[in-house]
Formats: sequence, C-alpha cells, structure tokens
Amino acid sequence: MRGWERRHAAQRWWGEGPRAGSVMSAEPPLGMLAELTHRCPLHCPYCSNPLELIAKHNELTTAEWLSVLTQARELGVLQVHLSGGEPLARHDLPELVSHANGLGCYVNLVTSGLGLTESRMTDLAERGLAHVQLSVQGASQQTANLIAGTRAHEHKIAAAELVRAAGLPLSVNVVLHRANHDELADIIALAERMGADRLELANTQYYGWALRNRDALMPTREQLDAAEPIVRAATERVRGHMEIVYVINDYHEAYPKPCMHGWGARQFTLAPNGDVLPCPAATAITTLELDNVRDTPLAEIWYDSASFNAFRGEDWMQEPCRSCELRGKDFGGCRCQAFLLTGDAAATDPVCGKSPQRQLVDDILAADGGEPAFAMRGPVERAR
Amino acid sequence: MLRRGVRLSYDKTRGAHVLLFPEGVLVPNSTAVAVLELCIGKLTVAEIALALRERYDGVREQDVADIVNRLADRRVLEFR
Ligand SMILES: C[S@@+](CC[C@H](N)C(=O)[O-])C[C@H]1O[C@@H](n2cnc3c(N)ncnc32)[C@H](O)[C@@H]1O
Ligand code: SF4
Ligand code: SF4
Repeated sequence: MRGWERRHAAQRWWGEGPRAGSVMSAEPPLGMLAELTHRCPLHCPYCSNPLELIAKHNELTTAEWLSVLTQARELGVLQVHLSGGEPLARHDLPELVSHANGLGCYVNLVTSGLGLTESRMTDLAERGLAHVQLSVQGASQQTANLIAGTRAHEHKIAAAELVRAAGLPLSVNVVLHRANHDELADIIALAERMGADRLELANTQYYGWALRNRDALMPTREQLDAAEPIVRAATERVRGHMEIVYVINDYHEAYPKPCMHGWGARQFTLAPNGDVLPCPAATAITTLELDNVRDTPLAEIWYDSASFNAFRGEDWMQEPCRSCELRGKDFGGCRCQAFLLTGDAAATDPVCGKSPQRQLVDDILAADGGEPAFAMRGPVERAR
Repeated sequence: MLRRGVRLSYDKTRGAHVLLFPEGVLVPNSTAVAVLELCIGKLTVAEIALALRERYDGVREQDVADIVNRLADRRVLEFR
C-alpha cells in the first residue's frame, strides 16, 4: 500500500450510504422528496400522484415546511427534492429553497416549468437552488399539449432557456408511454436543443393516475423493441455533453425493480398534508398506517413508526423471496406494486418470474385494450 | 473540475465529507477528498500531485490520475 494512502487506510474507498440489512437497524436518511402541493396546471394522465389529491387547505403551512426541513437536516438528509404537483404553485418556494440551502442541503427543483419566469429563476438560483429537473411530455407541440391537457410545451422550451441562463444544471425528464414512444428520437433531439445535461427517459410506472390509465399508456412490444437501439445510438452520439438514462418498466421483465435502496433505508417522501411516506407511491397501500409531522417528530417517524419498519430488513418476507439469493438486491421488488396487484403488500412482487402470481402481470400484458381514452389527472379543486 | 451541479461539503451529522449531486450522495474517503479539494481550478494531474506532496508522503502522479479517473467515471469530475 502506498504511503499517503496508508495514513487514511481506515476509511473505505467509496461508500454509497447505508444499506438495509436483515436486522432492523435504520441508518439516517439521505434524501427527502417534498411534495409541496398537489396543485398543478397540467393534467398528465401518466401522473404518479394519487387519485385522491390533497386540497390546498390541507397543505402544510410555510412554518411547518420550514420545520420539516430543519428536522430533516438534523436527521441526516442532504438532498431535498422539491416536487409536487407543481412546486412553483407554492408562493413560499423561495423561502423554502433558502432555508434548505442554508442548512447545507442540495436542493433540486422538480417542475413542469409552468410558472417559471426570469425573475423567479434568478431569485431561486441566488437563493442556492442547485439543480432543475424539467418535465417534457413529447417532442411535438401537438402531442405534448395533448398529454399535458393544456398549452404547456412552449413554456417548457422557455423554462429550459431560463435555467440555462441562470447557469444551473438541467435534467429533462420525459415519461414514456404508448402516445409518445414513437417520438423518442425527436424527444432526444429536443432535449439536446434545450441544452440538457441529463435526459431521463422513464417508461411509465403504474401508480396513481398512471395505474388508472394503464391500458391506454401501456406501450406495445414493437414500440419497446424499437426504443432500445434508438437510445443506445443516441447515448453514444451525445456522450460527453448529455447523459441519457433509460428506465424500463418491469412488467415486461423477468425480475422486479428494487424497492428503492430498500424500504426506509435512504429516503422518504413528505406528502403535501404532512403525511410521511416510506415510498412516493405508498399511499397506495391502504393497509399502511401513516404518521404525520403535525403530530409526531420526523425522527420518531423515521426510526420508530410502524410504516417505516413494516418492510425494513428481511423478516417480513414470504417465500419465494425469503430464501432467494436476490433478496438483498431487489428487496423482493416493489411493496406498492405487490399490494396494488395482489392485495398483499408483503407478497413477492408479482412481476417476478418466481412469484406464484406472475400470471396477473402476464394477463395485463396480453390484454390489448385497444386505444382507450385517457382519464386526465383531475384538478385539486375537487380534492379532499 | 467538479462537474457543474456537484458540490463537496462537510456533513456534521455524519462527521464526513459528502459529494452532493443531482442523482445522489457519495461519501468519498479522505484521500479522495484531498484530491477533490484541489479540483477547483485548472490544475493538471501533475500539479495536483505536486500540491498533495506538500501535505502527504509518497504521492505518486499515477495514483492521483487513478482517483481523478474514478471520479470522472462517477460523473463527479469532468475535464475542462
Ligand atoms: C409527479 S411529478 C411532479 C413535478 C412536476 N409537476 C413535473 O411533472 O415535473 C415528479 C416527476 O415524476 C415524473 N413522473 C410522473 N408520473 C410518473 C410515472 N407514472 N412514472 C414515472 N415517472 C413519473 C415526472 O415526469 C416528474 O419528473
Ligand atoms: S406529472 Fe404532470 S400532472 Fe403530475 S404533477 Fe407533474 S406536471 Fe402535474
Ligand atoms: S423471489 Fe423475491 S427476492 Fe427473488 S428475485 Fe423474485 S422478487 Fe426478488
């Protein structure tokens, strides 16, 4: 071993943060997804927000969000994703950015871009915003606006320019489904023109409104087959100036996607009303009793709540996961997907080829629903 | 250079330096931190190694290059 490294040999080369072991010993969280509001000017039928949207009068107040951020940092959170709904719909957004940045957090804004003006952008950048993730619905204005359910596309092009002008790194996020998969090559070209540092092409995950619209959103096998060579070629072509991440949907795979980095292992989500969710989709699990920051300190929820401990470690697992050598890798798949498809949140994710219930997924894939109409994501005005 | 959007800071909660970037958090060891702290301007690998020799014994340019390449692979650093 070399001399100057020996001095520091006690420390490992890289650690990517804590991992969930088989014993219930939670490590501090690294990230928080703060869903500031469910209000949104768009109506994306693929939206992963829950069908039961939270009304404005039930949202946490500014003081409550500030306290949540302070508690989160004390707990160990280093990365704050401000999302929603549309986070720009919250007028206290600048204050929240300042506070999170002042605490030492890396602050990421996840936005549709609607409501972003030059002065708001400059202000947010000055307050320490570190990164912007901008969603785009399609390559052509027509497709994009149809999916957004409103005239949004041109605002996104303008928003990207504002982000660039403010000198912030830009990720473009596109959710892929049957209605825009054929535009993939043009979508990549658009992201390049927008000056994205990173392009995330995410096949729709079926939660919330997306689950409701699953038949209409499900891409065809042909579309998926056509996509991979396009993505591969583009990744090569743009290497060095844009990173492309292509996220598949595991319905079409033999093994499930991992449950994040493990349930209650690295991150949590704050719903607009203060409910603390182990996973962004966790309101889907109706048997899960959620705690709220209005009643319980965040640290207590992270370490001691029933919801966060429900699927920590491996003790909750059933066969075939319990004795499967992949259980430390995928954690038995997605708990929300298991619940939504089988009714049992502790079941093996039925996407897994080893699951006795895989047939459920195969039946969904086999059923060609034709071209059903979208149920557009509703406005919050009708929410609880 | 640190890639745009990447921040190196010290986390009191964990008592460690952390690299913060859009896709996640990394906890570099102190060797990597020593290198990272010098990846601020337009220093070359050789210049970084030279600067490190003022603080540590036995710094080899090749080791610094290895670290820089690994950090670049993780998209933490970029060459400018
Ligand atoms: C729910 S949105 C909220 C922020 C903002 N309204 C927007 O759309 O960017 C958060 C992120 O999740 C992505 N998203 C929404 N629904 C999704 C789904 N069903 N599957 C995968 N990603 C989804 C969006 O593209 C966006 O990047
Ligand atoms: S995915 Fe679309 S509808 Fe859902 S919050 Fe984002 S912009 Fe609004
Ligand atoms: S049996 Fe369970 S742990 Fe094994 S691959 Fe399938 S879901 Fe993952």
